[in-house]
Amino acid sequence: MGELTETPGRADDAEVPRPVESVRLESVTKRFDTVIAVDSVGLSIGEGEFFSLLGPSGCGKTTTLRMIAGLEFPTEGSIRIHGEEMGLRPPNKRPVNTVFQNYALFPHMSVAQNVSFGLEMRKVAKAERTQRVAQAIALVQLTGMENRKPAALSGGQQQRVALARALVNRPRVLLLDEPLGALDLKLRQEMQSELKALQQQVGLTFVYVTHDQEEALTMSDRIGVMNQGHLLQVGPPEEIYEQPLTRFVADFIGRTNLLDATVESAEIVCLANGDRLPAASGLPAGAKVSVSLRPERLAVRPRDSVSPDMLALEGEVDRVTYMGNAVVYGVKVGWMTIEVRQENEPGTVRHEVGDEVSVTWVPEAMSLVVA
Amino acid sequence: MSVQSTARPRGGARWLLAGHAWLVYAFFYIPIIVLFVYSFSGSRLVGQWEAPTLEWYREVFENDNIQRSVWVSVRVAFFSTIISTVLGTMSALALERFRWRGRRVFDALLYMPLIIPDVTMAVMMLVFFVQAFDIIDSIFGTQFLLGFNTILLSHIAFNISFVAIVVRARLASSDPTLEEAAADLYASRWQCFRRVTLPQIMPGVLAGALLALTVSLDDVVITSFVTGPGSTTLPVYVFGLIKRGLSPAINAVSVLMLVVSMALIFGSLLLQRVISRESSLD
Repeated sequence: MGELTETPGRADDAEVPRPVESVRLESVTKRFDTVIAVDSVGLSIGEGEFFSLLGPSGCGKTTTLRMIAGLEFPTEGSIRIHGEEMGLRPPNKRPVNTVFQNYALFPHMSVAQNVSFGLEMRKVAKAERTQRVAQAIALVQLTGMENRKPAALSGGQQQRVALARALVNRPRVLLLDEPLGALDLKLRQEMQSELKALQQQVGLTFVYVTHDQEEALTMSDRIGVMNQGHLLQVGPPEEIYEQPLTRFVADFIGRTNLLDATVESAEIVCLANGDRLPAASGLPAGAKVSVSLRPERLAVRPRDSVSPDMLALEGEVDRVTYMGNAVVYGVKVGWMTIEVRQENEPGTVRHEVGDEVSVTWVPEAMSLVVA
Repeated sequence: MSVQSTARPRGGARWLLAGHAWLVYAFFYIPIIVLFVYSFSGSRLVGQWEAPTLEWYREVFENDNIQRSVWVSVRVAFFSTIISTVLGTMSALALERFRWRGRRVFDALLYMPLIIPDVTMAVMMLVFFVQAFDIIDSIFGTQFLLGFNTILLSHIAFNISFVAIVVRARLASSDPTLEEAAADLYASRWQCFRRVTLPQIMPGVLAGALLALTVSLDDVVITSFVTGPGSTTLPVYVFGLIKRGLSPAINAVSVLMLVVSMALIFGSLLLQRVISRESSLD
């Protein structure tokens, strides 16, 4: 990455304490005719935070982002940016910039003209403009491409132009709507680490919308998982992955096996086959829950090697998928098939289809989610 | 871009198709060639050949009535094109980019001038002007007459539709997120239109304007209804000449009109090529 840009805002100079909170949403609801796109979402994003909104398409994450940008207005609720109520303020009067999903570069303008657009609109003097444009273009490593038209650039380069065009304005909050969605896998991974490095370098608040859970996990400080207009869970990546609160979150983030269960007492849940497992749920007896078991935390072993302190389910190997760095087994345990991932390490025993085995795990590997 | 048909016609079919194509061309262009040739004929009778002469062109350039009608045509075409291009583009934007009450009705109404027969439109215009002038005159004691202004207003009225439809097609194919991006980058609505939307739809606006210009220069029916004494457009004047008996001067006028319209078409093609070259890769 190129040289450092100045941090946005001049709050330190003025000896005013920097607000900790960058973006605040209070019971924000958006209805389109009869459809509720976003349902009473409350959220607080800190200054300099990399916050991701994660969810499947149509979950309301993009609408939420567009409401922060001012491209849509909430039907109910309030949005504050650095303490200021946005209300019906149009996008051109908000201290945010957006990187659009399809980049939305102006096709009739060169790279430099695209990047300088925002500064021109804000009547920044020509000398400063030229300097800042050059700096932003250098930051995204596109020096030498200033006079090209967007159509003459690759997807990755267009993405960088879109980024430079937003960053050059030194917004207090940068909104990114699936910015890497159109890139191929390898380029996407490269851009992920570059984006993250860039965000730390310029110290901006990033609000990042994605449907790619891996992207959200690797880049974010915190993730908000959305589904059907609801914000289901907010937390750091580890927490979202390790302690999902709902079945949807457990299933959407990473791969998992969800076993239907019923709470029997404060310490015990009962599986569909009658097996009892030690798990503290804090729920009343009779409540329906799911036990979430991540494939990589399970082991497949011959039945005779199971020791009594392990939790285990007996079953039969149903399918074996060789993936290079790992082998994934589907083990049929009566009422369902459990997926188990075995890392491909030297000396590991491979099982064949039809083998009578046990799926085992330690108690800490298990999490309970609301059904 | 090249489009190739996978199955090329062979044998008899090929000759038949070629023959058909030539017949179509002949049908289109022989009358024009005849017109062109006879505009130089020395005979007083239309369609009779005598020693070539430029007499009829001289007559055209010396005839005050023709001069005057050309001038009226040019002014009507010029002003109606400019005004209807602005209004038509605004209508297209309103229909394509905004949601409002009555949008569907307005949409349907916009197509009316294209659908209803010219004669109906002409009668409507005439009745409207007469009634409106009656009312205005009786209130303000003015004396409005049919003439240049009524021709201009009528031409603007039907040209808005042509422009709006052409511009709208172009708008529909341009990406609205570009406008959102401009707004996100602090552009006001006007700056957004001026810097982003207009450059995107410029080919459509120019095409619409050219269409309006052509339709305006071409119109006989509506103009002849709403025209008044002293202001006749060229097509209406030529039409009148034919009723009074043919003169070879008509051939000459027609050839001149043909040359002008061909110049316009080539000009626009050239312009489009320049624009598309500018907007393509460096």
